[in-house]
Amino acid sequence: MANYRLRINGVDRAIESADPNQPLLYGLRGLGLTATKFGCGLGQCGACSVLLDGRPTLSCLETLANVEGKSVVTLEGLGSIKAPHPVQAAFIKEQVPQCGYCTSGIIVTAAALLAEKPKPTEDEVRTALAGNLCRCGTHVRVIRAVMSASGQGG
Amino acid sequence: MSAPAAQALTRRTMLKAGVLTVGFALAGVQTRAEGNTPAPRILDPNELDSFLAMDGDGTVTLFCGKVDLGQGLRIAMRQIAGEELGVGVDEIKYVEGDTALTPDQGRTSGSNGIQRGGMQIRRAAATAREALIALAAQRINMAADDLVAAGGEVRPKTGGAGIRFADLIGTRSFNLKLNPKAPLKAPASYTLVGRPLARPDVPAKCTGTLTYMQDFTLPDMVHARVIRPPAIGAKLLAIDEGSIKDLPGVKAVRIKDFLAVVADDEWTAVRASRALRAQWSAWSGLPEQDKLAATLRADRDITDEVVVTRGQRAAGNAPDAATRSASYFWPMQSHGSIGPSCAVADVSNDSATVWTASQGTHGNRKTFARFLGLSEEAVRLIYLDGAGCYGMNGHEDAAADAAILSRAVGRPVRVQWSREDEHGWDPKGPPQLLDISGAVDPSGRILAWRTEMWLPQTTRGLPDIPLLAPAAAGLDDVRGLQPGLISQNADPPYTADHVEVLVHWLKDAPLRPAPIRSPGKPANCFAVESFTDELAAAAGLDPVEFRLRGLEDKRGVEVIRRAAALMNWQSRPSPGANRNAAVARGRGFAYVHYKHSESHVAMGMEVAVERASGRIKVERVACAFDCGQIINPDGARGQVEGSILQTLSRALMEEVRFDRSRVTSVDWNSYPILRFPDVPKIDIVLIDRPTEPPVGAGEAACTTVAAALANAVFDATGARLRTVPFTPERVKATLNGV
Repeated sequence: MANYRLRINGVDRAIESADPNQPLLYGLRGLGLTATKFGCGLGQCGACSVLLDGRPTLSCLETLANVEGKSVVTLEGLGSIKAPHPVQAAFIKEQVPQCGYCTSGIIVTAAALLAEKPKPTEDEVRTALAGNLCRCGTHVRVIRAVMSASGQGG
Repeated sequence: MSAPAAQALTRRTMLKAGVLTVGFALAGVQTRAEGNTPAPRILDPNELDSFLAMDGDGTVTLFCGKVDLGQGLRIAMRQIAGEELGVGVDEIKYVEGDTALTPDQGRTSGSNGIQRGGMQIRRAAATAREALIALAAQRINMAADDLVAAGGEVRPKTGGAGIRFADLIGTRSFNLKLNPKAPLKAPASYTLVGRPLARPDVPAKCTGTLTYMQDFTLPDMVHARVIRPPAIGAKLLAIDEGSIKDLPGVKAVRIKDFLAVVADDEWTAVRASRALRAQWSAWSGLPEQDKLAATLRADRDITDEVVVTRGQRAAGNAPDAATRSASYFWPMQSHGSIGPSCAVADVSNDSATVWTASQGTHGNRKTFARFLGLSEEAVRLIYLDGAGCYGMNGHEDAAADAAILSRAVGRPVRVQWSREDEHGWDPKGPPQLLDISGAVDPSGRILAWRTEMWLPQTTRGLPDIPLLAPAAAGLDDVRGLQPGLISQNADPPYTADHVEVLVHWLKDAPLRPAPIRSPGKPANCFAVESFTDELAAAAGLDPVEFRLRGLEDKRGVEVIRRAAALMNWQSRPSPGANRNAAVARGRGFAYVHYKHSESHVAMGMEVAVERASGRIKVERVACAFDCGQIINPDGARGQVEGSILQTLSRALMEEVRFDRSRVTSVDWNSYPILRFPDVPKIDIVLIDRPTEPPVGAGEAACTTVAAALANAVFDATGARLRTVPFTPERVKATLNGV
């Protein structure tokens, strides 16, 4: 067993694992941070997206050994029901999620986009979210909510 | 729920947490779980107390057998009950999909949540209101007709002080049957129904605080992965336990051909499932994919059934020269849930509790009791939110996996499927082959119409598709999955001199069949509305005009007119004039009266087809939708949006690939679905009809998508797509054949 130290949602944490190749995803969920979802484990769907040192990252592909010492932000770290991140607030206002399983990865990815580019075009939003799958078909609401969170439209 | 938090809780508190996912504690559950003279709830769907409990503090608990899959029943059911009872939605606590607590209202399927389940709840609330008013009338010596229930109290219509429901009935039971004659509120007086109230689970879904099935844990729980065979019918010959001996705490479980590994933590279970060496027999019983349609057509082991016949065959003067025919094919498709299926089970020798995201919590109880060898009363299934399943994905199978494993290891077990499991082993939407022939006269009158279709007989509603785990483990499981009825909407909704629909029921489906959203109807409507378009083109008529000429249903006429107006439809026959352009643009149209009895949908689509690549870009979808009385317009709109986009994905991209042994499209690269850059502009008009019964909104708009799309491609290019999916390769081949 080894301890992998990293900063998660602004707090120093340790993830214990016997396997340095264990994906960050399982480490986060093992700590009870279950907003980050297992979707494919193959880097194809975006459900497990987190911010790693500020960049949107697929936590199913990052090993614990790779992320040691880095900073991770999950959906829980973006905001809460009482104090939501602007993207979360827009998603609630637009009633975006249906089943909601992809929502965490989409909000995290959209938050990263707005951090880098506060006023994206609709096409830039689509491109930024091209790696996130949604099966319920909430795409049009997602796009509307991200535009609204950026202070455009909505 | 976090793992440390879960550890700190007792088992029985966790039982409560299963219910708490809807955001409210529930006194009845606590009593039951703590074993203090448990008062079993009345669950008879004919009894008012099965649906509603007055909590004595002004709040009401609504017990709903239908589950919220993301379609918004948690708010819609509150709107229906609150409206009829006279309480605000915030005063209504909500329990759903728990065989110990909620009445059996049937599967949450067939787009009937509101239509059937909601109407039972409306009836229950109306019965309760009538009873409360009667109690108040007696108490204050006034005529019931002079009293009104509103704001959680009964008060005189003329004004004055009211009596709170809590003071009238306290926490006592009603002891009443649902009264089918209990007066219903006039829709004109509605204050809750018809409003776009927010869904209560959305904030938690946006902040990561909702406990999904995949997030649910129990103390002492172990994690399992099931190892499915490399070929569908393979038998397990041997396993090499030495291959996992270096992984701490891992155990292999083998019951005949059922094989799994369990471990204390999830990642170790994943590693063990990859490391375990097992020897399986060879099997290659699947048909050849490239010849699937021909294989279905050639099957001689069939039962024929004429499911529709109307009108008279033309006597002698049928214009043979004008008879056309065409063949349409819809492939097997996967539900494509974003989260692979997951379940938790806690099974002992004499009882079983199973947490599942299945649409059929109640319906599965009998199945689970049977293969576990328990009485139905000893089996409890509890719904938790999962990734959307849109029919019967792997949820039921994962739950059976967990139940069998929990009994085998004597501890609560969580089974999480992999992506490969979900794509490879979820039961599939069956292939559908339709031949249509018909004739039209120059005025656009349909003289004759005949649909022949080849469908697996397991889709006749026979509950006999086995669950994977009981079948592999050799357990008794005669009642497994129940694929939906998929033969509807195979006849045109338009006036025709003679119509016949013949089904060739095939003995088997190539892969285990299951309903996928709007079971069968997208394929049937694809064929019917494409062929309708072919007839319109043959008659030289505009596609919208052609449909309107043949339609008597006034609500159908209205949705067609409204969708055409959204599209700014210019009347002209298809195809358009510019069909040899490098990027050919066109518009298409389709209409359905869902199941000939539910929602009316008309849909227009604008596409651009790139001739060189065969790539279709859907630029715009316009839809007019009439589902009768709308309970929650934002919820209904979301369902229509989702239906359109999900089915666009199915029509453009999706086909399960397989070799002779197994499914080979087992990830999102080999089974791609729609992504954000592909999403068109969508315009929807909902037609509210407050005085009509509400009918389903969750499926109907799936039905018209492929036909509107294919008809738009025909309008753009003159080429007719008759096989789904419309991949660039297929489009190119079709264009080259023109």
